[in-house]
Amino acid sequence: MLMAPERKLPAPSVGPDNKPFFDAAANGKLLIKQCSACGEHHFYPRPICPHCFSDKTNWVESAGKGAIYSYSVMRRGSPVQYVIAYVTLAEGVTMLTNIVDCDLDAIRIGQAVRVVFKPTEGGPPVPMFAP
Amino acid sequence: MSIKRKAALVGIYEHPTRKAEDKSVAQLHAEVAKGALEDAGLTKKDIDGYFCAGDAPGLGPLSMVDYLGLKVRHVDSTDTGGSSYLVHVSHAAQAIAAGKCDIALVTLAGRPRSEGSSGTQPRNYGAATPDGPFEYPYGGATANMYAMVAMRHMHEYGTTAEQLAWIKVAASHHAQHNPHAMLREVVTVQDVLDSPVIADPLHRLDCCVVSDGGGAVIVARPEIAKSLRPPLVNILGTGEAVKGQLGGKVDLTYSAAAWSGPVAFAEAGVKPSDIQYASIYDSFTITVLMQIEDLGFCKKGEGGRFVSDGNLISGTGRLPFNTDGGGLCNNHPANRGGMTKVIEAVRQLRGEAHPKVQVKNCRLALAQGTGGQLGSRHGSATLIMERGE
Ligand SMILES: [Zn+2]
Repeated sequence: MLMAPERKLPAPSVGPDNKPFFDAAANGKLLIKQCSACGEHHFYPRPICPHCFSDKTNWVESAGKGAIYSYSVMRRGSPVQYVIAYVTLAEGVTMLTNIVDCDLDAIRIGQAVRVVFKPTEGGPPVPMFAP
Repeated sequence: MSIKRKAALVGIYEHPTRKAEDKSVAQLHAEVAKGALEDAGLTKKDIDGYFCAGDAPGLGPLSMVDYLGLKVRHVDSTDTGGSSYLVHVSHAAQAIAAGKCDIALVTLAGRPRSEGSSGTQPRNYGAATPDGPFEYPYGGATANMYAMVAMRHMHEYGTTAEQLAWIKVAASHHAQHNPHAMLREVVTVQDVLDSPVIADPLHRLDCCVVSDGGGAVIVARPEIAKSLRPPLVNILGTGEAVKGQLGGKVDLTYSAAAWSGPVAFAEAGVKPSDIQYASIYDSFTITVLMQIEDLGFCKKGEGGRFVSDGNLISGTGRLPFNTDGGGLCNNHPANRGGMTKVIEAVRQLRGEAHPKVQVKNCRLALAQGTGGQLGSRHGSATLIMERGE
């Protein structure tokens, strides 16, 4: 079994419109945005809804559960192997992430995963997913 | 307003270098501009429109118009990654049709090979990039962002690594005849499968080369084009599109070619089955497969079967593609393959491709570009051209 080794994660650049997301991540919470005009969730979060262009967007907490939509194990050209993936959350939005704490060779599309938070170098932690 | 037959491609030049350690990017731009002017039988003074993208050094046209010594009345620096140059040809045709210029020059050049660029390096587009904080920590590089599209395609439609490998096999059959190609050895499906996996499910031979070099094209008003060397290569139709993550409704099963293609076909008044030759952007084998489906050469999900058994090889297959060897074997200057897609299509329409890969009586050709990351945000541009009288 090939466990995904820990990769040094570059810090995300935190700005005014995404600070609540990363503040919540530091407290172990995954936030997404929901629009009160059209009712749709969106990701990545923006102040203005990309679906209907309303500025009435609110931070809501995701249950942190989802399924792998697609993935790829970076086998070469990186100091450590890692798994990039799109995970579709139960709330309906799909986010780019990494799959961690698992056997690299046992990952499959459709697999159920839950959010975990991993530290970055000098920045807030970021949400990743594990089986 | 349609641009159908409102402009023609009158000059092309592909830089023969594949490693330019002793040349600047600006110099390469000037060399390809000079080459295209000589091909067209024009001089620098004839140029009154200039187009370049993010590969141009400095501040786009401000730097390059001055460096090249041009005096122009129309500039455009649209950047949609590797598809930019097909967009430029379209925009040049539009500008000519609108009377904003008569003879437009488009240049591309870069030296990623000399600079040690690789498709496995995570891409960082800067702190202000809105998606950056939500993607850069996850190591989105070029290879794995395309690989996820392949992985989903396999899951959804049963596409196999063998089928993807056929795309590389076809490109290598063409590249053997191109003395400038980086990879001229004919490979088999097994060779592709035996090459190391870079990002599941893509093998090393599913990936394009990293090369230095460049290319240029010149677009002109038809009345001017008719006074230059025959044959005339008319622009019939163009389309452009940008597709991203759709606010979190990510769908990797289709690309922006599904949007740019129909627009170009409608403007040209032709259908996919009319196309005799296609240059199709080949950053990876999966890129080709997606565009072939999205342009309507086959149904969605049937691309794997369509590309198999040599169907893309000139002389035997139904859709001869990338007869110069493409990005998979020939070159991928500046990590942007759109320019060479246009150039080889023009060669085919002129009857100037290598005799071993020349499509007989080629009268209708398509060039298709995809820029950026197929798995997140990408541009697509479709260009349909005919051989005129
Ligand atoms: Zn909304």
